[in-house]
Amino acid sequence: MKTRYTYGGDEHIYVEMDDEMSLDAFFKSLSMSNAVRDAKIKGVTEICPANASFQVRFDPDVISPDEMMAKVKELEHKAEDADKRLKTRIIEIPVYYQDPWTHETLMRFRERHQDPSGTDLDYAARINGFDSAEAFIEAHHSQPWFVSMVGFVAGLPFLYQLVERDKQLQVPKYLRPRTDTPKQTVGYGGCFSCIYSVRGAGGYQMFGITPMPIFDPEQKQSYLSDFMVFFKPGDIVKWKPIDRAEYDRILAEVEADTYVPRIAEVDFDLDAFNADMQGTNAKLMEALHVA
Amino acid sequence: MSLKIMQPGLSTSIQDLGRPGYFHLGIPIGGAMDRFALRVANMLVGNPEGAAGLEVVFMGPVITFENDALVAVTGADLPPKVDGVVQPGWTAFEIKAGQTLSFDFLKSGARAYIAISGGIDTPPALGSRSTYPIGALGGLDGRNIQAGDVIPLGEVDMIEPGLHVPADLRRLPGNPAELRILPGLYWHRLTPAAQEGFFADDWAVALEADRMGYRFKGGKPLEFVEREQPFGAGADPSNIVDGCYSYGSVQVPGGLEPIVLHRDAVSGGGYFTLGAVISADMDLIGQLQPHTPVRFKKVDMEEALAARAARKKMLADVRAHLG
Repeated sequence: MKTRYTYGGDEHIYVEMDDEMSLDAFFKSLSMSNAVRDAKIKGVTEICPANASFQVRFDPDVISPDEMMAKVKELEHKAEDADKRLKTRIIEIPVYYQDPWTHETLMRFRERHQDPSGTDLDYAARINGFDSAEAFIEAHHSQPWFVSMVGFVAGLPFLYQLVERDKQLQVPKYLRPRTDTPKQTVGYGGCFSCIYSVRGAGGYQMFGITPMPIFDPEQKQSYLSDFMVFFKPGDIVKWKPIDRAEYDRILAEVEADTYVPRIAEVDFDLDAFNADMQGTNAKLMEALHVA
Repeated sequence: MSLKIMQPGLSTSIQDLGRPGYFHLGIPIGGAMDRFALRVANMLVGNPEGAAGLEVVFMGPVITFENDALVAVTGADLPPKVDGVVQPGWTAFEIKAGQTLSFDFLKSGARAYIAISGGIDTPPALGSRSTYPIGALGGLDGRNIQAGDVIPLGEVDMIEPGLHVPADLRRLPGNPAELRILPGLYWHRLTPAAQEGFFADDWAVALEADRMGYRFKGGKPLEFVEREQPFGAGADPSNIVDGCYSYGSVQVPGGLEPIVLHRDAVSGGGYFTLGAVISADMDLIGQLQPHTPVRFKKVDMEEALAARAARKKMLADVRAHLG
């Protein structure tokens, strides 16, 4: 892992911890972006952590780009020494896989897909060596995920699965992006899953939909009362497969503003996870059911 | 104090100087595409420079005023009319209660800014009145304006009409337009020939040119340095592990058509970026019409900062001129 520093025009510094994705790169990026925030450098206007990189926006009228770059570089050792532990939360997100709405959408944009003859899930299952879409779905929801970035559009989480590299699911994006994606679609591109927070354009494969809103400027749901965006980097997600009846039941609660997602406070320790992934995940998922 | 929208125009939105501070959550910085023009329009009518006004694209709205007001139109050359009588651009003019503001056809540029004394007084969202329709934030109900809308205005002590900004204190792109770019970010992904070709080629603004980004076409496809794609990046050589996008950064999906990300751009994604348009030139992009010829000019950080200082001085000159 070799850190690369560069400028994004005259108002941004871009720091790439690694050109490939890993939890080590994510933790280092999060630690270092936190160190930059804690340093309260005059002239910094935004700090945006991403999967394996982060970006600092600054006002070059207040601090020169050279000086800003030097101050950011000085903080790299702090990221290296930082604890790879997080106090965070695990959230159970209900997913209606193979739902009618993403199915209608994926059929509408079939000519933009690698395999126009099947569905996104059939394609993802085949290229990842699964016998059926159902087996792929099982792999998608059986182990938890880490929110490694929030962005693209309002409050959209990128999620990275907590499994060994050789068990990571990988799918390409659509050949040409769609102009439409249903709100709350559970998508997949590269090694990342995501939830489309709003309706709109998108290039990720579509696997299902969650009835749970994750972005609402009106903040009607209790879990959005603090802020209109639900996710933050470091959150852990467990997908829970649901059927149409449960989808409708949850949707009714959402519409009555009474839906309460299952959430538990947990600690995540990267070294402990690397030493025993199955055991760490089992403990994380247990927490959802003792709370 | 309010305005009544009789016709909305093509795509008219309420904008101020933007909504910084939420980019890390995917909420864009937003605000006027040509912030220089919005600032000057506000100065002309005696508003704070960051007051909310209307950003008008290509075709003007028709607006009836309920109260006397002072109005200025800057940016694109889209001649304003009061009850059918043409008024000068970049000049504060009076409009009386019951009169109607409309517009002649666009003569040059792409976006005009309408400032009204008192400023638009819709409820701010996350500290800004700027409209971000994708997130249903800001503006009026989070959307662009529509016929029938009634837009509230702030209270004001009116100043005298007649303030004017002469042509030498305005800033509009040339033809061909020149956009200065500081190479960086994932610049190393391009071969030396592609790096050279990008700045040597003739480009033109494509039809997909909006608040999210401006696409350009006409140059040669860009070739990438060969590599085995890193884990998680995706198979296309233009893919990276999804990261943040800088304001003004230039992405080239598939190496084909460059897109300069603008005020309402997505905050991150999986395409490589070859650098960013310098901050001093971002306002110019908002004034480019589709098909406008464009050259990209390579600059270093020193030149970028000098251009930024020159732009700042121009704004200071306008302030001094208007007293």
